[in-house]
Amino acid sequence: MARARRSRKVPGILAAFTHLDAAVDAIRALRARGHRDLVVYTASPNHEIEEALDHGVSPVRLFTLIGGLTGCAAGFGMTIWMSYDWPTLVGGKTIASIPPYVVIAFELTILLGSLSTVAAVGLFSVLFGKRGVAYDPKFSDDMIGVFVPARPEQVGATEDLLKAAGAVEVRHEAA
Amino acid sequence: MAAVTHPSTGPQLEITQTHADVTRDVVATLERPSRGYLLLLFSAVGLFLVGLTTFGILVKDGLGHAGYTPPVFWSVYITTFVFWVGIGHAGTLISAILFLFRSPWRTAVYRSTEAMTVFAVMTAGLFPIIHIGRQWIFYWLLPYPNQRYLWPNFKSPLLWDVFAIGTYLTVSTTFLVFGLIPDVAAVRDKVTGWRKAIYEMASVGWQGTDNQWRHYNRAYLYLAALATPLVLSVHSVVSWDFASAIVPGWHGTIFAPYFVAGAIYSGLGMVLTLIIPLRRALRIEHMITEYHFDNLAKLTLFTGSILFYAYAMEYFIAWYSGNIFEQTTFFRRAFGPQWWAGWTMIVCNPFVSQLLWFRKIRTNLTALFVISIFVNIGMWFERYVIIVSSLSNDYLPWAWGQLNPTWADWGILAGSFGWFGMWFLLFAKNFPIVAIQEIKEMIPMPRLRGGHH
Repeated sequence: MARARRSRKVPGILAAFTHLDAAVDAIRALRARGHRDLVVYTASPNHEIEEALDHGVSPVRLFTLIGGLTGCAAGFGMTIWMSYDWPTLVGGKTIASIPPYVVIAFELTILLGSLSTVAAVGLFSVLFGKRGVAYDPKFSDDMIGVFVPARPEQVGATEDLLKAAGAVEVRHEAA
Repeated sequence: MAAVTHPSTGPQLEITQTHADVTRDVVATLERPSRGYLLLLFSAVGLFLVGLTTFGILVKDGLGHAGYTPPVFWSVYITTFVFWVGIGHAGTLISAILFLFRSPWRTAVYRSTEAMTVFAVMTAGLFPIIHIGRQWIFYWLLPYPNQRYLWPNFKSPLLWDVFAIGTYLTVSTTFLVFGLIPDVAAVRDKVTGWRKAIYEMASVGWQGTDNQWRHYNRAYLYLAALATPLVLSVHSVVSWDFASAIVPGWHGTIFAPYFVAGAIYSGLGMVLTLIIPLRRALRIEHMITEYHFDNLAKLTLFTGSILFYAYAMEYFIAWYSGNIFEQTTFFRRAFGPQWWAGWTMIVCNPFVSQLLWFRKIRTNLTALFVISIFVNIGMWFERYVIIVSSLSNDYLPWAWGQLNPTWADWGILAGSFGWFGMWFLLFAKNFPIVAIQEIKEMIPMPRLRGGHH
């Protein structure tokens, strides 16, 4: 299933906008008509587009938390276990001396918290991201792109909507 | 972007570019290198080769070539290690802490400072390995199950350092690479041929979709939030290498904040040294303007003033403590055999930084460049003075000795500048040195109905 999804192009319409308010209007109108699987391309993040799309909060934060807590536990666990594995009195401190181990636990909290955050972005953006949708290099420059997956019977009305909203370019993408 | 000077508040940011201008101007920095750039790159590679040759001799013959003199067994290599770790701090301050504070002036300079951070910490990481002597068994520092069933001593600040520097290098590299992805994608969409194929690979499928931005923005915020305590902790941990010992001149509770402020100060000095010529070489004067330098200089003044306070407190407490060992150490820093090092540190750091109270100096790039060189020299000498002067005169006067750095010390020091410069220059020519997407975020997109949101 995943392979089939990867290799197939999604049919639909790709529109390019130069004006932000036009793109936001188009997104709102498309969502009002029931299009929930839009893909919007921008060169930089834009909160008006985010609001129009009404996405929930990214689950990345959960990975940050789990990574950080794992790092903290690993830091204390490693230092305490290793201290008791070969017990040696150092500097008159107890075998497992918590205050110096806080440094190691802190560093590992940050390390694993950061790495799991980046891994989560990879997971959600690449692995679970939408595939096979059309793209145009202009979208990383100065244009906003909106891709609307559309069945043949929806194409005409969707194209009219995009043009009416102010799209400067509309392209059909076949499967 | 341009800077306009307001009579009461100084230079302000005025954005005149469009989104397309930003992409075009930044991509232009990646075109064929100029003669000046190549000259700088070859000089850096030359210096690096000097360091590499010196290192080869040290590996073959041992550390006897370096100027270690009993009782000074931490000398130029550890000084240079602390110097380079410190340099890295301004980068994370600008990229992470100022991101959380939403400071608009960071956008044009943060990429170059982040790159500086990564390459400075990478350079610093070499020094403990050079210093330990038998470099081929450096991995003994890492906690791995060895054949003698021994584990590292986690109560030692030196091991904390291994974790702190390792984490800092990994997290700052992650932060840099993560921030680069959307910009590399923008470059991919502009270039052609084999370069396109390389940038295509480096952009890891980035298309700037709403889904990608949603996760990316959240993750960037968390990375900044994690990097903020990290940057403050790293030089604190480095300072504990000293402060947790009972050597006079090291055993101070002020050391952690003193080292962090000094690190940021030295990093800002290096930022100025790097970007003043770089903006001209890459023709991005209109993107990094007087406004940015004014802000960088204010931050330099702020951290320089903290150093002023810390220096004054060190001398005051040495006198006020009534402890003869502390008093002797600080007296000899200013009037002992290496008085020149002590005074270089005092003149170059607290005093030179006070010139930045004047706006005319803050906005004069030649003056700023000269001051930045003083900051670099002063901060290297600060570490030299702290390490060498304290070790030279400990509790046993019959054991006192003076360090005499040799060609092996200077060769490695010069090599470290070459190694750092080489990576920084290669980065600046192959990756966007100004953050395309963050600058675009500051530029309002055109609207059909006019006005701003």
